[in-house]
Amino acid sequence: MTALLAFDGLSKDWFGVPAVTDFTLGIEPGSSLGLIGENGAGKSTLMNMVGGVVAPSSGRMTWQGEPYAPATPADAARRGIAFIHQELNLFTNLSIAENIFIDGFPRRFGLIDRARIAATARSLLQRLDLDHAPDTIVGELAPGERQLVEIAKALHREADLIIFDEPTTSLTPRETARLFDVIARLRAEGRTLIYISHILGDVTRVCDQVAVLRDGRLIDHGPVADFPVPRMIRAMIGRELSGLFPDRSATPSPTVIFRAEGLGQPGVIETISFEAHAGEILGLFGLMGSGRSELARAAFGLDPLASGTLALADRPLTGPTAARIAAGMAFVTENRREEGLMLEAPVADNLSLVAVRAFGRGPLALLDREAHAVATERARAELGVRAGRIATQPVKALSGGNQQKVVIGKWLMADPRFFILDEPTRGVDVGAKYEIYTLIDRLAAAGSGILFISSEVEELIGMCDRILVMSRGELVRAFTPPFNREQILASAFREAVT
Amino acid sequence: MTRLTDIALRHATFLVFALVLLWFGLQAPGFLSPESIANIVKQAAFIGIAAIGMTFVLLTAGIDLSVGSVIYLAPLIAGFAMRDLGIGVGGGLVVAVVSGAFLGAINAAAIVGLRIIPFIVTLATLFAFRGFGAFLTGSQQFDFDADMRAFGLASIGPVPLPIVFFAGLAGLAHVVLTRTAFGRQIYAVGNDPEAARKAGLPVDWIRARVYVISGACAGLAGFVVIAQIGRLDAGFGEGREFDVIAAAVLGGASLFGGIGSALGAVVGATLIQTVRSGLVFTGVNLYLQPILMAGIIFLAVLIDSLRARRARQLKRRTIRPIDA
Repeated sequence: MTALLAFDGLSKDWFGVPAVTDFTLGIEPGSSLGLIGENGAGKSTLMNMVGGVVAPSSGRMTWQGEPYAPATPADAARRGIAFIHQELNLFTNLSIAENIFIDGFPRRFGLIDRARIAATARSLLQRLDLDHAPDTIVGELAPGERQLVEIAKALHREADLIIFDEPTTSLTPRETARLFDVIARLRAEGRTLIYISHILGDVTRVCDQVAVLRDGRLIDHGPVADFPVPRMIRAMIGRELSGLFPDRSATPSPTVIFRAEGLGQPGVIETISFEAHAGEILGLFGLMGSGRSELARAAFGLDPLASGTLALADRPLTGPTAARIAAGMAFVTENRREEGLMLEAPVADNLSLVAVRAFGRGPLALLDREAHAVATERARAELGVRAGRIATQPVKALSGGNQQKVVIGKWLMADPRFFILDEPTRGVDVGAKYEIYTLIDRLAAAGSGILFISSEVEELIGMCDRILVMSRGELVRAFTPPFNREQILASAFREAVT
Repeated sequence: MTRLTDIALRHATFLVFALVLLWFGLQAPGFLSPESIANIVKQAAFIGIAAIGMTFVLLTAGIDLSVGSVIYLAPLIAGFAMRDLGIGVGGGLVVAVVSGAFLGAINAAAIVGLRIIPFIVTLATLFAFRGFGAFLTGSQQFDFDADMRAFGLASIGPVPLPIVFFAGLAGLAHVVLTRTAFGRQIYAVGNDPEAARKAGLPVDWIRARVYVISGACAGLAGFVVIAQIGRLDAGFGEGREFDVIAAAVLGGASLFGGIGSALGAVVGATLIQTVRSGLVFTGVNLYLQPILMAGIIFLAVLIDSLRARRARQLKRRTIRPIDA
């Protein structure tokens, strides 16, 4: 039997950094492949190549025995490949029927044949047990129902291959059960599926084949019957400890510096409680979509919180973000280029961004440029930022590692007592990582509390005093040294491995 | 509760409209006479026709500030064509609409081709189009022949011609927006341009066409009102772009894209004209009128931003189920 979709040495690198390397695999028609791997393992890049979103650097794909090189997502759709993205591609202001037909309406006398699209949509919805009129506006549907509309679109296009990317994360158990029903029916119709999920139990239930990606390579694959969950996890985490970590220069004090109690926000996070000590580096591990960044944003006052209380050094922490900064909180966002820096502005202006008011002089609070230049230069030297003239050089001209030091550095002038660092080493090369770890250690040794959020277990194990694990918006477990990598990862995947 | 809020937000303009009519009707019963109402609708045709075109642009989350000058320049070009080529009023009407569409195409080329944001492009052409008109006329007024006025004051049966154009265009635009693939794709682009691109829709081509439509509508609007006056002053249409945008937004079009309708633009334009006429009718101090108009526009934009907030909530991603 020839494979429906075959990968032959497919590779993709971003500016020389490999994302997918030499991926070779055939997918049999009618099979259901579970694609698993840690964040950054290359799943998305691989699927984006199938979906026509990015072009491979080398290697090729064949579809139904013919060479396949989609230039756009529309190309992939025409060939019979449907992609159910995590963030659904639906138009919330249009009806269900219109969403299904948006790229090609049947016409009568030049106008949309509304009777026909309604009839087609109705029969599609019936097949999916979705009890809504075809002219219902999609914005009024629940998340699980919207996903069924996406599946209806795929059915309408007679897609042979349907790719699901984390389809169950925002579904209730009932909606999940219904989705699995639908998936079973799709399989009975002979359609081929690729199912990407962090929920390994679902993969076992839905798939008959499993492929494990790690660092862009296919590590292990085979029938699901040969793939108990421990084997999946072992295959995912075989990664070598990359780089070294500085020795911790101080131990945490017993003083609690930051306390969160019962934080909750419907649809995002649920009853989260933890405390961080002065001088402690507290790790927070979670997969993408686990709610770790959402927790950080809510704690920093950027997103609403429906319930729960926060305290910094025993004083309640409330109000807008500015008040929390004044109380001694700092937040290094995960998205350096968009949220952490003013890319076009000089290094010095970025360094003084948080504390710039301290340089105001006189009744008009005019900037004391002399003091500003001295203070920013001192900060640059302390941080070890390698830059030219910091008063004029735009921060975008720095390397990723130096940019990240600036992002952390802009908080230092405000003397915070509690830092939230969200993926502080993402996109930073190994040498610069070591410098950032050293900087984090120095902050902790100076008595600050640190919440270190990361999707790399290794760096948390290398740097943290304790590690909390988050999954689906909840804290599932807390770990203390000696850390067990397999257990940490397993709890993030919500699997019990002892 | 949220459903009720939704419904109230969606129909806010109609509520306001009913209240305004009731208020003026109580102040001066003659205001609600058929002649008075017909007169209001006739006057509303000017802003209304342009607002229908503006609605197309707003649906894609764009904006067209140049209408205030297209309203002036397109009838002027038509006037020259009528005088120098002797093409008659019917031919002039066609020239005005085609010139408007051409001016819109200039906007479209800069916005889609050069990727400059619509606000800046149409701000520049707002000045450029008026400047070009002033250059053509030497800032003198332009006088039309008598048959232009005869056309402007004509009626089909009992219905004055401006209302015929207004109603005809509104009906056509309604059908295009709700019943054609192009119309529904405009809504899709306004709702989520990235998803539209992924769905393989010709996003640039759709964006370009709405500016052409807006220009053509502005040309028609200008011609219809100039036909009633019979001459074109150098300052004609100045500042009207804001009335047009306000009418469209009052009619439920969102500045954030994806929401709005042709019939809404009709209601919005008529509401603005009703307030204007009503204030004159009831003898409110002339100098208070702009303040009251400002209040209404503020209200429209406030409602729009509330609506947009709701729309964002609908699109928000969740990472865990919401416990019911």
